[in-house]
Amino acid sequence: MADRRSPDDEAALSARLKQLGERIHEAGARRQHEAEELREQETRRQSEPTNLATALRLSGEFVAGVVLGGLIGWLIDHFARTSPWGLIVFLLLGFGAGTLNAMRAAGLVAQQGAAEKKD
Amino acid sequence: MDPIHQFNISKLYILGHIGGHEIAITNSALFMFAAVLIIIAGMLAATARRSLVPGRAQAVVETTYEFVAGMVRQSAGEAGMKFFPLVFTLFSFILVLNMFGMIPGLFAVTSHIVVTVFLALVVFLTVVIYGFWHNGLRFFKLFAPSGVPIYILPLIVAIEVMSFFARPISHSVRLFANILAGHITIKVFAGFVALLGGLGIAGWIGALLPLALTVALTALELLVAFLQAYVFAILTCIYLNDALHPGH
Repeated sequence: MADRRSPDDEAALSARLKQLGERIHEAGARRQHEAEELREQETRRQSEPTNLATALRLSGEFVAGVVLGGLIGWLIDHFARTSPWGLIVFLLLGFGAGTLNAMRAAGLVAQQGAAEKKD
Repeated sequence: MDPIHQFNISKLYILGHIGGHEIAITNSALFMFAAVLIIIAGMLAATARRSLVPGRAQAVVETTYEFVAGMVRQSAGEAGMKFFPLVFTLFSFILVLNMFGMIPGLFAVTSHIVVTVFLALVVFLTVVIYGFWHNGLRFFKLFAPSGVPIYILPLIVAIEVMSFFARPISHSVRLFANILAGHITIKVFAGFVALLGGLGIAGWIGALLPLALTVALTALELLVAFLQAYVFAILTCIYLNDALHPGH
């Protein structure tokens, strides 16, 4: 087989080899990145010993947002007599805030004020 | 047998009345005083000799200091060290109170939300007051993440403000709920042991399972007691970091 290889084939082969090398390099970098992320998650998980603790933490964050939103909305309605608009608007905002806090607690979103630090 | 009974507040000594309200030293207040006394006495006693090669007690105190200092530096940076006294006080206070709760017959102060809310409010107000004093109006940048398109900025700011105010709630509820749930679980399983034990030989064998669970849960709660103090302190550091460096 080797004797029939033309210079064209050689060039194509070396190009493919180079491409393959790049892809392996990329995959290696990606895997390293993933491993680092996993390690980060692991350290985060270690500060929560049980699944119950994680559940309590995430649900607590979420419920806190909704409860606060409901409370503010109800108070606004109570004093400004805008019922039920305050409750509707602030419950929705509270829902958003609770989701945001729960995602922050789970490490899916950067902490408040930390967004620019990473640049 | 009532698993909630252990959280009862009882008045031990009535000091007087202010505006029609009774001011009394309760068992909760008593354990808080005891915790403060134990921390101060322990710290003073352990560091009294100040030997270069630390003894056992001094090593414990030094390790605790290094632990909390490392936590503050890591989460809030070197500038956060001016809040070290606050974080260390909170950590040691909550840790000792949680550990009191693990001793049978003693009262778990941190299982009352009024205590944890107050601790969380101290942190929250520190963040707000120091944030405004240190940064002025730049503190508001905390609520406006950079790179957000202008047309959704009002919504984002509203949600960020809400999420900021929701912090003391989740901060306090986490500590309170963990301690409360843990103590109730232990009490319920321990109650099963006593109930089954009253049924004779078969009951004794059956009681082995909840007994083993109670032992395991006590070990777990010991871990939770330490961990919740740690989590409370590290969240304090993260929040203080916002007061020190809002939006950068």
